[in-house]
Amino acid sequence: MQLLNLYNCLTTYLVIGALLFSFGVYGMVVRRTVIGMLVSSEFILAAASTNFMAFSRFTSPEPAVGQIFTLFIMAIAAAEAAIAVSILIAVYRNYKSIETDDLTDLQG
Amino acid sequence: MQTLVAQTGAAPSLFSPEGVVGIIFLLTVALVVAGAFIAVNSKRLVRAVAGLAVCFTGLAGVYYFLLSPFLAMMQMLIYVGAVSILIAFGIMMATPEEQQSVGMKSRSALAGPLAASVSGLLFAALSLLGLKTEWQVFPREGAGDIKAVGLALLTNYGYVFELISVVLLLAIIGALVLAQKGRN
Repeated sequence: MQLLNLYNCLTTYLVIGALLFSFGVYGMVVRRTVIGMLVSSEFILAAASTNFMAFSRFTSPEPAVGQIFTLFIMAIAAAEAAIAVSILIAVYRNYKSIETDDLTDLQG
Repeated sequence: MQTLVAQTGAAPSLFSPEGVVGIIFLLTVALVVAGAFIAVNSKRLVRAVAGLAVCFTGLAGVYYFLLSPFLAMMQMLIYVGAVSILIAFGIMMATPEEQQSVGMKSRSALAGPLAASVSGLLFAALSLLGLKTEWQVFPREGAGDIKAVGLALLTNYGYVFELISVVLLLAIIGALVLAQKGRN
């Protein structure tokens, strides 16, 4: 049963990364609130770190490097989420809404 | 150290230890896919954040299968424990009750299918790229355990490590300033 050997194969992890990335892109387009777009952007970052981890486990001579890059991506994602939520709160105070269609002051 | 390349030997039977590991891996991947699907498609934002937490829990399992228990723990701590909770707090503070279900009302009738087809094409293209390419495998030199990660963080990547801590500090201060502005 070849299905049970999937975890030892690089392409499995690449497909998981591609799946997360496409879910992120789909959510970015479809979601109409800022929070929904924030959630989708986390998926895109997670896809990148999955690829880093997979390549460092299977092909890289130094497997620690991919893990370090994934750690950096996690730190960046945490900082990005904190900033985004605080911007969201500031926007909500001014507009009483977090829908992207309402934030059109610069539209002219 | 575990094997470097994919094992191409005989497939394990269902009840051997390797078979059970394979089943657990399939369950982990199912958790990732289900969580991502819920997070992107649910109508209520709170459910989207719960799906995000489920997906990242599964992703921690995937990192465990990639021989990095340390990263799996960090994934649980940072993403499931901090980022998801932070977004949940954001929903509680910035969403009135009646607005919680408007997240999915699409802009026009075309937006949903168009987005689905575009992201489906992206998925197909990236998967084909991963499947068809002959990835060059280099002989492994480092151990890749937590000791190697710590040594590399404090020697080769020390500068980036310092920079990332400055970024985090700036993010804390910036978040405080932004959220405090306009408070009465």
